Amino acid sequence: MADSRKNPDNITIRCETRDGATTVAPIGDVDLTASPVLRTELKRLHGLRPQRLIIDLSQVPYMDSSGVATLVEAMQMSRKSGTKLVLCGMQGKVRSIFEIARLDTVFTIVSDTDAALVA
Amino acid sequence: MASKGSVKQAEVVPGKGLAAAGPAVGEGSGASSDAASGPAEICLEVRSNPLYLSAARELVAAATRRLGFLEEASSQIALAVDEALCNVIRHGYDRDPHRPIWISLFPEGNGWGNGLGNRSGNGGDGVVPGSVETRFPTLMRIVIEDEAKQVDPAEIKSRDLEEVRPGGLGVHIIKSVMDEVRYERREPIGMRLTMVKIRRESVEGVENDSTSTNKPATAPMVGRNDGRACGGGGVHG
Repeated sequence: MADSRKNPDNITIRCETRDGATTVAPIGDVDLTASPVLRTELKRLHGLRPQRLIIDLSQVPYMDSSGVATLVEAMQMSRKSGTKLVLCGMQGKVRSIFEIARLDTVFTIVSDTDAALVA
Repeated sequence: MASKGSVKQAEVVPGKGLAAAGPAVGEGSGASSDAASGPAEICLEVRSNPLYLSAARELVAAATRRLGFLEEASSQIALAVDEALCNVIRHGYDRDPHRPIWISLFPEGNGWGNGLGNRSGNGGDGVVPGSVETRFPTLMRIVIEDEAKQVDPAEIKSRDLEEVRPGGLGVHIIKSVMDEVRYERREPIGMRLTMVKIRRESVEGVENDSTSTNKPATAPMVGRNDGRACGGGGVHG
């Protein structure tokens, strides 16, 4: 089932559950304006205790440290709840900030949602 | 959303603070990069509302691209500005969205840095003669000022990245992508952050310097905060 949430903070978040995995796809820049929106949605999804949570970043052209912090929080929540968290579809600028923060080896990061289903 | 929020472009008149925006290109000749001491070529005053972050970084990225910085370097400069603004908004102003922040861009080198554009031949029509190596500035100095609470600059530092936790990455990111970073108290109030990015490659992708991957030991930054950034010296309400 797909769900799309539009809000006034310049970000749209699409959610979909298939094959036992929940995929959340933010669309737009994830900066200090949008990060709280994404954080709220990720908390809501963790409350549903999915076995696998895929964050599809293929439509995120830009992310700053507030977005990175949001994903680190999601990773911590996933570890507590036993959810497998996978990031996929990172564009160059987003991958770069993960590398600068030395988090590219901390997260499970794959190329696309198909790979994320089996990672 | 804050109704008071605004983004406006302005030009500094030395000694007079902010003035109405106007053409920055003028005439003159022969200023060396070392003589750079003019007013900012681009000045942006923005309220401390996160909604304006995208406008600020898009302006910075577009301006630096136009001044010969490659896409990656322009993106890094915009990222550093974004992180600096976020720190001011969150820690300096405690998320009050109505306070002022000033962003000043000083392109320097190759005749830039006098507040008059490239004095070697920019006639103001946007067509700058010369090779890409000589017509564009060799570095971009960016000054970000605020009226936030003052902190000891020595206490502004990167955190240990071995500890995986949310937050505290902004300063590390800024220091990673810029060549020089300096925080200082601003008189009579607030903080000033000065960042320098060296342009190492031309817009045509030609290396300027075979050692370009190494950051220079020092960038020509010290002593340049001479009050000509658009923050001026006044206190705004």
